[in-house]
Amino acid sequence: MKLITAIIKPFKLDDVREALSEIGVAGITATEVKGFGRQKGHTELYRGAEYVVDFLPKIKLEIAIDDGLQQGVIDAITQAANTGKIGDGKIFVSDLSEVIRIRTGESGAEAL
Amino acid sequence: MENTVIELAYALDTFYFLVMGAFVMWMAAGFAMLEAGMVRSKSTVEILTKNIALYSIASVMYMIMGYNIMYSGTDSSWWPFAIDILTNADNTAEEVIASGGDTYYSGLSDFFFQVVFVATAMSIVSGAVAERMKLWSFLVFAVVMCGFIYPVQGFWKWGGGFLDAAGFSDFAGSGVVHLCGATAALAGVILLGARKGRYTADGKVVAMPGCNMPLATLGTFILWLGWFGFNGGSELIISNVAEANAVSLVFVNTNAAAAGGVIAALITAKLMFGKADLSMALNGALAGLVSITAEPLAPTPLLATLIGAIGGIIVVFSIVTMDKFKLDDPVGAISVHGVCGVWGLIAVILSGGSSIGAQLYGAVVIFAWTFIVSMIFWAIIKMIIGLRVSEEAELEGIDLAECGMEAYPEFVGK
Repeated sequence: MKLITAIIKPFKLDDVREALSEIGVAGITATEVKGFGRQKGHTELYRGAEYVVDFLPKIKLEIAIDDGLQQGVIDAITQAANTGKIGDGKIFVSDLSEVIRIRTGESGAEAL
Repeated sequence: MENTVIELAYALDTFYFLVMGAFVMWMAAGFAMLEAGMVRSKSTVEILTKNIALYSIASVMYMIMGYNIMYSGTDSSWWPFAIDILTNADNTAEEVIASGGDTYYSGLSDFFFQVVFVATAMSIVSGAVAERMKLWSFLVFAVVMCGFIYPVQGFWKWGGGFLDAAGFSDFAGSGVVHLCGATAALAGVILLGARKGRYTADGKVVAMPGCNMPLATLGTFILWLGWFGFNGGSELIISNVAEANAVSLVFVNTNAAAAGGVIAALITAKLMFGKADLSMALNGALAGLVSITAEPLAPTPLLATLIGAIGGIIVVFSIVTMDKFKLDDPVGAISVHGVCGVWGLIAVILSGGSSIGAQLYGAVVIFAWTFIVSMIFWAIIKMIIGLRVSEEAELEGIDLAECGMEAYPEFVGK
């Protein structure tokens, strides 16, 4: 099992959600987060004076899936969240050692 | 019948005068909202307190001594002192009828119209020294400004003093009100210093965005509305065809200049900064209004628009330049009222009134008097009680330090 963690632009959330639903992802956790990457935020002007916005608002998605869905999920997010511009975000893939459904006590792939 | 007409005209002119004065009073709300929106949220309560307190101090000080200094009717053209406190005496019907219509408004309505002008001048100061000046130091200065500094130079022009005799022309106060207020603010800002962290050691300007742009926009619209009273009321009379037309033209030109100021400032900001800076558009409206205040009656509406538009361009460059000199003015008051005030005085010659010499003479005299005397009083206040709050109070927020409350307590995580 894998845990996919994706950082995306907030306005792409609906597109990504739809794309993931289409390929059969059963659950997504979305969190509003702030962060910066290689651009280190960006600058704005107020009355002619620059100010740096250090942390930009992003959405963090957490998706637990069976190993077989991994490439499909990566493709879906990459396509749906892509604007071609700086700040589109990243996808992190990590191994998931155990999953338990709290209501029934099921575990492993059954619980996904 | 003739007497009834005279009495009716008196009543109409007085009514018009009072309503125009009430419009100008409402500008106090405009300044309060504009300033509350342009400072950081931690300085909102204090700036609001300053605004309502300065309005009240202006009302009292002008009643006690300011009005009598400014309109004393003394023989001297320089030194107008004849202090006596305003009373409730006014013109009687017999006097008005005997004057044949030359006395055309109530004496107390004149006081009311003038007192709201001194409050406007003082409001200009509060924005420039926002976020770091001690509340009570500011209020002490308000006493001096409204009771003495403003009325003396006001006497020189509107009270029939030497500036008036020199041919200096200032219809509603680009110089007497706006330049005077901005100059007092400039002197204060020089002695006070910039907000902590506003300028870095290597000379960069650090932006400190205003906390509430909707309030700043509302404040600007309120000021725009109030200006119809400011300029429209300064015609002083409306009760015949010629005067009614004159007041109408003043309204149209005042509106046109503000509109020109907004459009010019917005385009200038877009070209200079790449984006349409709302705060500059708001300053542009006020810049246009200040620019037309010295002569809103002579220009055509198109010329008024251009005068306002030039003010709108000037104000953007002025605000950027002020920061180069590290003169920290959170709301742009010195640029709007001072720099554009001077432009307004000069613009009088575009419609054929006055001469450039007389206008510059008036501007220099008003600036020199206000700057020197303000500097002296700011310095005295600085020596006795200090001008700035402590660094810690400034960082934590002047609201808590001076007023013990926050503007938006439910939104601040502690």
